[in-house]
Amino acid sequence: MTEIILEVKGPIGLTVEAEAVCPHRLSGLAPGEIEAQLVWQGPAQLPLSDFFEVEVREGEGEVRIAIEGDASRIKRIGQGMRSGCIEIDGSCGMHLGEEMEGGSILVRGNAGSWAGMEMRGGLLEIEGDAGDHVGSAHRGSWRGMSGGEIRIGGSAKSQLGGGMIGGKISVARDVQNFCAIRQSGGLILVHGRAVRGVGAEMTGGVAAVLGGIERFSPGFVETGMEEDPVLGGEKRPGTFIRYCGDYAISKNPKGTLFVRG
Amino acid sequence: MMFRNLVCPVCGASCDDIQVEMTAEGIVAKNACKMGNAKFQELASPHRIRQPLICQGGEMLPSGWEEALDRAADILASSSRPLIFIGSETSCEAMEVGLHLGEYLGGVVDSNSTVCHGPTAMGIQEAGRVGATAGQSKNRADLTVYWGSNPLESMPRHMSRYAVYPRGYWTRRGRFDRTVITVDPRRSLTAENSDLHIQLNPNTDFELLSALLALLHGQQPHPSAEEVTGVAIRQMEEMLELMKGCNYGVIYAGLGMASSYGKHRNAEMAFHLVQELNNHTKFVIGALRGHCNVAGFNQVASYLYGYPFGLDFSRGYPRYNPGEFTAVDLLRERDVDAALVVCADLVSHFPADCASYLGEIPMICIDIASCPTTMLSDVVLPGVIDAMECDGTFYRLDDVPIYFQPFTASPFPFTASNQHTLQQLMERVRGRKEAGS
Repeated sequence: MTEIILEVKGPIGLTVEAEAVCPHRLSGLAPGEIEAQLVWQGPAQLPLSDFFEVEVREGEGEVRIAIEGDASRIKRIGQGMRSGCIEIDGSCGMHLGEEMEGGSILVRGNAGSWAGMEMRGGLLEIEGDAGDHVGSAHRGSWRGMSGGEIRIGGSAKSQLGGGMIGGKISVARDVQNFCAIRQSGGLILVHGRAVRGVGAEMTGGVAAVLGGIERFSPGFVETGMEEDPVLGGEKRPGTFIRYCGDYAISKNPKGTLFVRG
Repeated sequence: MMFRNLVCPVCGASCDDIQVEMTAEGIVAKNACKMGNAKFQELASPHRIRQPLICQGGEMLPSGWEEALDRAADILASSSRPLIFIGSETSCEAMEVGLHLGEYLGGVVDSNSTVCHGPTAMGIQEAGRVGATAGQSKNRADLTVYWGSNPLESMPRHMSRYAVYPRGYWTRRGRFDRTVITVDPRRSLTAENSDLHIQLNPNTDFELLSALLALLHGQQPHPSAEEVTGVAIRQMEEMLELMKGCNYGVIYAGLGMASSYGKHRNAEMAFHLVQELNNHTKFVIGALRGHCNVAGFNQVASYLYGYPFGLDFSRGYPRYNPGEFTAVDLLRERDVDAALVVCADLVSHFPADCASYLGEIPMICIDIASCPTTMLSDVVLPGVIDAMECDGTFYRLDDVPIYFQPFTASPFPFTASNQHTLQQLMERVRGRKEAGS
């Protein structure tokens, strides 16, 4: 495995958009060529070396990118990623792994909003908290995440899985508003609590909130109880109430929402 | 001398029947509401900024026009990512120049929508909108719903000029031919003058709209909906019967819908509700907009660049992503390094962190009167009052363009309008950029 180690040089002023930081884009490049890859800071295109110390450890097979230091002002890392892996030591900015198709990303800190937006495949793991719009659709787009898996070790904010049509998202702690909005496929599993709007405009797929919902979406109708349902490939102990919705958006919705009874 | 058929440059109603008389005692404005009248008095206000100002040693000092323009151009030309914020009390023509300036500099251009009816515009993008002009609604509507708005106090002539009291072609008896519903957590003046007041709990618009839609789709809402919204299912059904039973209904959505928690999701559900109601009768929805040309920026920006507000030009083409490229978010994230603020008092109206950051970066302001934003600016260029001192175009609340003509001229020899000021600034910025490249 070829390892590319990118160490953030220091505090970053205006945010940087670095879709160049992606294994398939850096694969096969010499260290000098990697340093010369262009990233955006405002309207300026600047070399990667302005922001990172670059170290390359040559090897065989897939590329692994390790980012060290505070990357919270660096956006679009791993955008459109197809293979290999990225490991981020700290936190990172918006649009992490946007439209990724394969490979894996691990963030040990927090990730900004729009992580995994319109993701199609691969694994995106965030050990800390995530921002808004994780796995969602772009503004004005109807379809969000369609494949792959997102695992969040902390909490996520609002609009998680907006427009999701496939794949799986799990959140170890809480979510805020409009989780699973306009979901039509795939699975969203929230182990903690949700505030409001869960499953709003949902027409298909499965969402489960294990810790309870503060304000229930009015368009969901109870369809029965389930004991120890299997959600996300695992049996979840306890009694769950199964709802169908969202009747606010359709006369014949097929969205399923599980809430612990 | 009496001037007739003037356009009022205050709220989104853009009333075009104002009469102004200039007398030795002062300015007398007829047909204008109290807000409009106050604005017309601004012409002779002692607070008016009458010359350019430059900040030197922490003090705002009078300067020449050329010197102030040069300083402003230096700030913009040397910035890496400027924010150009164009307020909504100036003309579409000025907005067009501001947008082009933003594109040229690779900056970000935003307007009042971002903290006003931006969520409504986003809701339209999500769901689509069934709309109508104010004239259509005046002539046809026998049911008026004010949702999250209190026009008797925020747009005083809306009810009398467009919506409730005027006699229309199919509403010959005016108010007697119309039913009025107000949806508002407060018992506002408008609510008191309505036939039905739905007093929902604050920030529960989304739940109420969802419950109404579920009822329309033949399902009883989740039992918690009553407690969450504070509105009984029976009352929701009563409201729906009125809505389904009218010949032509209109919802006027205010900031109570667009800016309470849920934001564009509230607006989106309201648009869905109106679409569903069209299976039963004719129903439309429009926004009650706060400023005379807040709709104008959406129109001009959409026409020129495809997006209604929060446009980022850093890649050379327009990008749009509210939450990332909108003014409040950029200032909070400290992601711009200079600001040009046209006809808007951002320091007063933005969150404290954003206002504080505006004080840290170089700022240019075009305004007619002193305000916290001019006090924190490096350069202040005096503003010209649109519809009084120069001609131009506003878009009314229903997205109808209104051409306005002035009844007096710009008081300044160096600029004829805010559009002219921005054009002069653009030329100087272009000169510096081309000299540097």
